[in-house]
Amino acid sequence: MDNKIIELQKIATDIRLGAVEAVFNGKSGHPGGALSSADILACLYFSEMNVDPKNPTDPDRDRFVLSKGHSCPGLYAALACKGYFDKKELKSFRHLGSVMQGHPDMKAICGVDMSAGSLGQGFSAACGMALAAKINGKDYRTYVLVGDGESQEGQIWEATMFAAHYKLDNLCLIIDNNGLQIDGKVADVMNTMPYDTKFAAFGWNVISVDGHNIEEILSAFDAAKTVKGKPTVIIAKTVKGKGVSFMEDQAGWHGKAPNAEQYEQAVKELEDYKNELK
Amino acid sequence: MGDKIATREAYGNALAEFGALNNDVVVLDADLAEATKTVMFKKKFPERFFDCGIAENNMMGVAAGLATAGKIPFASTFAMFAAGRSFEQVRNSIGYPHLNVKIGATHAGITVGEDGATHQCNEDIALMRTIPGMVIINPSDAVEARCAVEAAIKHVGPVYMRFGRLAVSVINNTPDYKFELGKGIYMADGNDVTIVATGIMVEQALIAREMLLSEGISAAVINIHTIKPLDKEILISAAQQTGAIVTTEEHSVIGGLGSAVCETLAGVCPVPVVRHGVDDAYGKSGPAKELLEYYQLNAAGIVEKVKLALSMKI
Repeated sequence: MDNKIIELQKIATDIRLGAVEAVFNGKSGHPGGALSSADILACLYFSEMNVDPKNPTDPDRDRFVLSKGHSCPGLYAALACKGYFDKKELKSFRHLGSVMQGHPDMKAICGVDMSAGSLGQGFSAACGMALAAKINGKDYRTYVLVGDGESQEGQIWEATMFAAHYKLDNLCLIIDNNGLQIDGKVADVMNTMPYDTKFAAFGWNVISVDGHNIEEILSAFDAAKTVKGKPTVIIAKTVKGKGVSFMEDQAGWHGKAPNAEQYEQAVKELEDYKNELK
Repeated sequence: MGDKIATREAYGNALAEFGALNNDVVVLDADLAEATKTVMFKKKFPERFFDCGIAENNMMGVAAGLATAGKIPFASTFAMFAAGRSFEQVRNSIGYPHLNVKIGATHAGITVGEDGATHQCNEDIALMRTIPGMVIINPSDAVEARCAVEAAIKHVGPVYMRFGRLAVSVINNTPDYKFELGKGIYMADGNDVTIVATGIMVEQALIAREMLLSEGISAAVINIHTIKPLDKEILISAAQQTGAIVTTEEHSVIGGLGSAVCETLAGVCPVPVVRHGVDDAYGKSGPAKELLEYYQLNAAGIVEKVKLALSMKI
């Protein structure tokens, strides 16, 4: 396999390890969605996005908004892997006095482009960032990750209209389509499917990928850049809790910390997987 | 006192005026540009005007995103939707990250008139006051509304500006008028009581002062255009000097200027404070001027409250 793909798979596994470490040490948090989005984050921060931890406020940098802010253990781990701050910081997740807030605080953490966590809101802010690029004649791109449960928020569809209306082709929305939310299956709680025809009807360019297939994710990002006049949504089919066997596809692991035994098992599974990558 | 001008009109004019001096100023509206008067900016700078449609929550988020990239967005809609519907977007997407967003909320209070209770926002000051770091300006006339816009552009951080639909007298077109963010203005001196007024009630407070003078009562009048941060100094000094306070506002008596004044004085200089405003009730349809009479949001209503305050004075 391509070295780059393997490298990104390793980074995604490091992000998963960091996320699990954060939630374990925080004694609370949201591992499920952090694990489902780890491959997407690895592709964004280590291949797709033009960002530099040494110049985190560069006006020309690409932007990323984690609209599903509760998945921040993944984002924090990705930023740590990228070198925005020391990985040791992850252990302070959710502790009093830590910059690692339970939901991302852009004022506290270097590299976080938008505070988010109240569902539905980060997507709108990403639209504003993309619009600012258009106004300012800058060619940076804005990426925003939403959850499928989050798509039940009305504001998501307000932003969907807005981005298409203003032809924000510099905006790329990724849906972490893991199919689960707190109360169970998204399809049972309040069905948001189908995404493809909905977004197409709103005037978006639609790409569907396996959200754990690095090659597919990377080529979707490449394809998104070639589409002019409309924003792109990447519908990433994912598995909640991906990479930790007992968390996979379990709504119960949406917002729960592992105990010491579970933590050790999670770390072992992820490290074993990483060691197998060649 | 000259021609009557609505503060929303002055807001629109000021956006066009100051927008010409600062290219970072962009204006967002939610299908109300003709009513909020942002249309004046839109006509002059169409490339910097963005209609968000009837989707206020998204508008607040877009404004937040624009601010992260260095723009100075003015997000405009009626007060009911800016502070009411979008409270949580303003709180979490603008207030919490302390982004440089300016909210131009028009059609505040009962002077919305005929549209009635669903559109008469008497709660916006109360709501916005709870957001840490939010600056709240409630101008008393067109002159002050223009200054509010200018000050909002200069201030770095979120600002909520409250404008009205009804044309009101211009009371600040005097050579010595000076707008300073966070500073109250003594409009008139007095010894017996201080009327602390905001927004369109400042003019009524001045009329009430004249009515009281004819009865031998000497009332000072303070204009509080910036409700947050509140000019505590001027309030404490007024309480110490006159020993009684009446607050007046076109807003609920719960949570607005009156509450802010009580909170300020209670621990420092607890003199009688009587709050004049909209009692704990919804508005009604009707011509604005008739509504002001109906709710006693006029000089006569203030005079009554002043007498109550004086009766409690030790």
